Amino acid sequence: MQAGHSTIDLSEVAKFEAMAAEWWDPNGKFKPLHMLNPCRLDYITQQIAAEFDRDLGAEKPFVGLRLLDIGCGGGLLSEPMARLGADVVGADAAEGNIPVAQVHAEQSGLSIDYRFTTAEALAEAGEQFDVVLNMEVVEHVADPLAYLTACRQLLKPGGLHICSTINRNAKSFAMAIAGAEYVMRWLPKGTHEWAKFITPDELYELMRNAGLEPVDRKGFVFNPVSWQWSLSARDLGVNYVTASVKPA
Amino acid sequence: MDNPVSLTILKRMTHDSDLLIVGGGLNGPALALAAARAGLTATVIDAQPVAQLTDAAFDGRAYALAMSSVRLLRNLWLWDSLADNSQPMLEIKVSDGRAGEGPLSNFFLHFDHAEIEEGPMGHMIEDRFLRRALQDAMADCPPITRINEERVTDQETDSTGVTLTLASGRVLRGRVLIGADGRTSGTAARAGIRRTGWDYGQTALVCAIEHELPHNGIAHQFFMPPGPLAILPLPGNRSSIVWSETHENAARFNALPEDEYIEMLRPRFGDFLGDIRLAGGRFSYPLSLSIANSFVGDRLALIGDAAHGMHPIAGQGLNAGLRDVAALAQVLSDASHRGEDIAAQDVLERYQQWRRFDTATLAMATDLTNRLFSNDNPLLRMGRDLGLGAVNAVPALRRGLIREAAGLTGDLPELMQG
Repeated sequence: MQAGHSTIDLSEVAKFEAMAAEWWDPNGKFKPLHMLNPCRLDYITQQIAAEFDRDLGAEKPFVGLRLLDIGCGGGLLSEPMARLGADVVGADAAEGNIPVAQVHAEQSGLSIDYRFTTAEALAEAGEQFDVVLNMEVVEHVADPLAYLTACRQLLKPGGLHICSTINRNAKSFAMAIAGAEYVMRWLPKGTHEWAKFITPDELYELMRNAGLEPVDRKGFVFNPVSWQWSLSARDLGVNYVTASVKPA
Repeated sequence: MDNPVSLTILKRMTHDSDLLIVGGGLNGPALALAAARAGLTATVIDAQPVAQLTDAAFDGRAYALAMSSVRLLRNLWLWDSLADNSQPMLEIKVSDGRAGEGPLSNFFLHFDHAEIEEGPMGHMIEDRFLRRALQDAMADCPPITRINEERVTDQETDSTGVTLTLASGRVLRGRVLIGADGRTSGTAARAGIRRTGWDYGQTALVCAIEHELPHNGIAHQFFMPPGPLAILPLPGNRSSIVWSETHENAARFNALPEDEYIEMLRPRFGDFLGDIRLAGGRFSYPLSLSIANSFVGDRLALIGDAAHGMHPIAGQGLNAGLRDVAALAQVLSDASHRGEDIAAQDVLERYQQWRRFDTATLAMATDLTNRLFSNDNPLLRMGRDLGLGAVNAVPALRRGLIREAAGLTGDLPELMQG
């Protein structure tokens, strides 16, 4: 299988591939992602429920929704979405992640279509989804506008696009690069390039230019006392998440 | 999917229930009902027949439910049927006493519910009413299956769930296993979870009495050299008594006929409630602290006494158990709504983090209180009398303790919020 035409920076893909086997250890190298996951899932599930009028208390509330998880990694988001009933395609440009994710989904008794491909290749093939999850990817791509345009093409009219990334300011430099990579050793050094980070206003502008209508944005805030992440309407200083729709 | 591995996985995927709860006493059924409210299914396994769990006769056992526990029962739609049989605790009086003195010490610690806005600090409810309400509610709740007169002989976990084997040979499959089987929890033992604890050298004697004069909704706690004595108001002119004695004295009192038992109790009690006589049976429980070294394991969570068997000095055992229920139900419900595996290590760890600190603090505080008060050293006695007097003189401190007793402090689970 080929990754096809891609805006993915190949040197970045290799960095994640090296870490693939440890995806599912909550105390392993991906501990920060496991810690952030409940908060990300709260946002994603609530936005999907609101957009498609689903009751999260019901059994398999996302039945009938086709969902794409871009940069699915080990399946930390794909598996919960499949458990909630969505028909999930997990795409990753790092080939090594695909068998890791497949093995784990099978262990979890979940059926997920994992593919070694990119958003651009799927868009070219004419695939369409009700929901596109685009979490912590946009800061790693070479051409964000081309990438977000592909995300828009992947959506059915009225479809929902959830996109999270890291802000670009002194605080995010201190927290995400100096803190997470060098001090806490949460992530391997060189995981992020600060200059590629995007501010919330820049992201809104990029999405509008790509033909997506922004509808919501929230910050992910880490509380060092409770050692937990939570959503914030005001503090988008470091990690933040947005919801946008493709006009019907 | 036609290879043998996939078939095994598909077979594993069929779960009888989301939760397999071992122990059908009080906390187990409460968790089953709380989980059902969140859209999860539960199977509750108990060694006793239902008839025994719902025996209508009053056996003398009763609980002091903190306000937070009452809120949980209200949110599980159980309280309406229980309210009429409960006695609100309007005041709590704490004093230092000696056998024969009764509640005559000069230094009272007096908590009045009128000082906090939330209402009575708690309610007294007889064991039989609480058990029956829980069993009736489970019978009316389709997501809950009850399996009685069965014992678990084996438990196994794998990547998609838990398999229980019962003594009859019946096999059950669930996503997460809950040990609600008391301080000698077989569920914890089978999972290799060790316990830490010690014996207090005391036995709690429990009975109910009828008395001549009304109690006016006032609960009393006397700290006496052999151990604490609590008088807790029940509906009508009845009270529940919990008193602690050395193992030797307790064994001796228990062997006495009823009239002589009352004669032993009377001087400890004083005469402020007039003449007293036994109503219901007599029980005794050796007092020991027993805390599981971990509250969670592989696809396993422990609740109630299986997690923390405490000294029942302030009636906090059941209240702490119901706090486990409310916290675990919330953790599982949130995880389920997010699509997480409800038995994933990091999900169950959230429950453990939430409850373990609270529990350790409470166990220590109860233990220290008991050690401080179960002592006849005159200096210590004067010191604690002055201490009680000082607390009583500072309204803010007193209100803080009232809220603590009502279970309204700490990080309250949603099911325990107003």
